[in-house]
Amino acid sequence: MTVTRPTPLAQREIALVDLLDRLLAGGVVITGNLTLRIADVDLVRIDLNALISSVGSGVPSLWEESP
Amino acid sequence: MNQLRYVYAVTRPFDGALPEDLRGIAGEPPRLLSHGDLVAVVSSVSADDFGEIPLRARLEDLDWLTGTARAHQGVVAALTSITCPLPLRLATVCRDDSGVRRLLDTGRERFVRTLERLDGRVEWGVKVYAETPAPEADTPAESASTGRDYLRRRLSERRSREGTWELADAVSRRLHEELSRRAEAGMLHRPQQAQLSKAPGQNVLNAAYLVPREDSTAFIECVEGLRPDQPGLRVELTGPWAPYSFAGEESDR
Repeated sequence: MTVTRPTPLAQREIALVDLLDRLLAGGVVITGNLTLRIADVDLVRIDLNALISSVGSGVPSLWEESP
Repeated sequence: MNQLRYVYAVTRPFDGALPEDLRGIAGEPPRLLSHGDLVAVVSSVSADDFGEIPLRARLEDLDWLTGTARAHQGVVAALTSITCPLPLRLATVCRDDSGVRRLLDTGRERFVRTLERLDGRVEWGVKVYAETPAPEADTPAESASTGRDYLRRRLSERRSREGTWELADAVSRRLHEELSRRAEAGMLHRPQQAQLSKAPGQNVLNAAYLVPREDSTAFIECVEGLRPDQPGLRVELTGPWAPYSFAGEESDR
């Protein structure tokens, strides 16, 4: 078995899948009264899943509620 | 054109400035929006892209998603050399600056708690791949002189694949157990699909570990020390990342 030693991220192209694992499944998710999550993300999820099956369960995106 | 505010990360106030040539999404320079004892790193984005309706369509466009994800990561990576940022999930958007301030107010307690937990930590990614022999095509090969030879060979190939799988599974479990003990926290991402990652072999383990920055060298050595000598297995290390995988609270995961 081999171990690929990392080169610093800044010095090489980061694999898109590694990035999407973190950006679509990680990071702080804002919830609360002031924000609105898309309830209906099915379309997005289906298409993304076809391409990016590795990502998290949804693609939340946030807006404040309109006053 | 209607402008929204894209929020990349939340940080504690820090000395120093963002690099002048730093560009975020759509080539816009990110800026710091201070509010109380927190700072949001934001840039203006067009409502034509990030409004609720257009964003759904944009997210289905892999090229657009790639550009946006890389821009987000670029800003967060630049921040990690200055401070310890708390990265927000892709496409966190507010209507305007006062919306960002309200976001900081509302989440303040949680932001402060998480920033404290992640201060001085980085994330390392560890993946294990099993490189199983490719299945033969369904036509009997010339070398199989009889049907029985052919079946025998197929069976042995299958056993070898299953053997590699079992081995990969055992190695992954052991690695994850050890590394979780070694790191402050560990978490599992879903294994990646080969068609998207284009990486050879089948991804068996896709894990992330939270490690104090100064312990990184020891952690890398630990990963290397744990490698067994079986062929057909590959371990890949990525990082250091900003602690994306640990930024959420338990309830978010």
